Amino acid sequence: MLFGIEWDTSSTWAFATSILPILLIGMWVTIQAAVVGFFIALVLGLVWAALKAAPLKIISWPAIVVTEFLRDTPLLIQLFFLYYVLPEFGIVLPAFMTGALALGLQYSAYTSEVYRAGIEAVARGQHEAARALNLSGTRTFTHIILPQAVPRIVPAMGNYLVSIMKDVPLLSVVTVLEMLNVARIIGDRTFNYIVPLSMVGGIYLIMTLIASGAVRLLDDKLPKRGIPLK
Amino acid sequence: MTETGADTIIKFDKVVKRFDTFTVIDELDFEVKRGEKVTIIGPSGSGKSTVLRILMTLEPISGGVVYVDGDTLWHEKGGNGDLKPASESHLRKMREKMGMVFQQFNLFPHMTVRRNLTEAPTQVLGMPKAEAKQRADELLEMVGLTAHADKYPHQLSGGQQQRVGIARALAMRPKIMLFDEPTSALDPELVGEVLGVIRRLAEEHDLTMLLVTHEMNFARQISDRVCFFDRGKVLEQGKPEDLFTNPKEERTREFLKAVLEDN
Repeated sequence: MLFGIEWDTSSTWAFATSILPILLIGMWVTIQAAVVGFFIALVLGLVWAALKAAPLKIISWPAIVVTEFLRDTPLLIQLFFLYYVLPEFGIVLPAFMTGALALGLQYSAYTSEVYRAGIEAVARGQHEAARALNLSGTRTFTHIILPQAVPRIVPAMGNYLVSIMKDVPLLSVVTVLEMLNVARIIGDRTFNYIVPLSMVGGIYLIMTLIASGAVRLLDDKLPKRGIPLK
Repeated sequence: MTETGADTIIKFDKVVKRFDTFTVIDELDFEVKRGEKVTIIGPSGSGKSTVLRILMTLEPISGGVVYVDGDTLWHEKGGNGDLKPASESHLRKMREKMGMVFQQFNLFPHMTVRRNLTEAPTQVLGMPKAEAKQRADELLEMVGLTAHADKYPHQLSGGQQQRVGIARALAMRPKIMLFDEPTSALDPELVGEVLGVIRRLAEEHDLTMLLVTHEMNFARQISDRVCFFDRGKVLEQGKPEDLFTNPKEERTREFLKAVLEDN
C-alpha cells in the first residue's frame, strides 16, 4: 500500500492497473518538479544572460564564474549541497523545493547561453537602426531585439524542458517522491520491479513525446515573418 | 553659438576617429551648409561612412569637436564652460535632428511596413497613433509604396525595402538626412527607383543631405558639392562639374578613372 492505495498482485495485468494510480501521483510530482525547475531556469537564465552582457567586468565576471560552476559540476553535487549544507546555515527547504531549485539552478546556466546566443544573433544593424530612430534602450530590447531572438530561442529551450524532465528522478536521492522513486518503493515491497519500472519508462516516453510535440507546435505558431534564423 | 555661422549646420573641427591604432578620420575639418546636398566619394577605408556614423552617434569620436545645428554633438557644456563628454540625454536630443538610411536597410523584420514607420514617432516623439499612421501613409505614398503598407519587409524587393528605409527616417522629421551607400546592396535594376526617391527629396525639400555613394552620375546630378575623401581627410572638394571634369589631385583623378571605367 502506498498513498493509501492497495495493489493487487494476483496477476500481472491486475498488478499493473492497481499501481497505475500510484504511479500517476508520482508523475504529478515529476511534472511539478520539472515545471517549477524549468520556470526557475527560464527566469534566472535571462538574468545571467543580462549580467554576462554587462559592459562592466565587475558585473559580468561573477555571472560568468557562477554559470560556469553550475554547468561544469554534477547536478547531484549541487543537489546534495542544497539539501545537506544549506540547513547548516539555517536554511531548511522542503525536499521538493530543494530539488526544483537545484534543477532550476543548473539549467539556468544552460538557458543563459541560449538567451545569449539568441540575442547576439540579432543583426547589429537592428541596434543601429533603433539608435538612429532614437528608441530607448529598454524599448529597443523589448520590442526590437527580443521579438527577433525568441524564435531562435524556443527550439533550444524545448530541448532543455525535455532534458529537465528526464533529470527529475535524481531528486529521489533527497527523498522526493517522484515517479521513479514511487516505482522503486513498489518494487521493494512487492519484489516485482519489472512491471512498475516498465510502466515508468512508458509513461516517461509519453510525457516527453507530448512535451516535444507541444514545443514544436509552439515553434510553428510563432510569428517568424522574415526574421533570418540562420 | 559662436563656433558656427548661422548657415552652417554641420561642422567637424579637427575630428579624429581611431579604431585601436588605425586612424580612420584624421584631424578632419568639414562643413555643410543648411539645405546643402553634399556627396562624399572616395575609396573604401577612406572614412566616408564613418563621417555619417559619427553624426548619427553610432561611432564615438576620439578627438576634436563636432557641431550640429549650433550645438556640440559629442560634448556638452559643463558648469565652467568647458566641454565634457555628452550624456545619453544630450545625444538623444541631438539625434532628433538627423535621420539615417542604411546600406543594408535595417528594417525591423517583425513589423509591418507601416509599423516600421510609426514605431519611433509614437514611442520617441509621443505622436498619437492615428496621426503617426496618417503620416506614415503620406510618406508611403511619397515613396510609391501605398499598396505595401501592411506587408512585412521580407515580402518586398530590395529597392522597395530601401524606399521604406527612407520613409522611416523621414517619419522622424529630421533636419539632416544621412544616406550611407543606399544603393550598394541592391541589384542593378533596382537602383533607379531608390535614386529617384532621393532625387525628389533633394529637389523638393530644403533638407540638408549628406550622401555616401558610388553612383557618380547620380552624385553629379543632385549634389551642390562633392567631397573626395582619402585617408580620413577631404583631399579635394568642389562643385560636381568641376570635380568630375577637372580634378586637381592625382589621387582623385586615379579614383574617378577607376570607378568611371567600371560603370
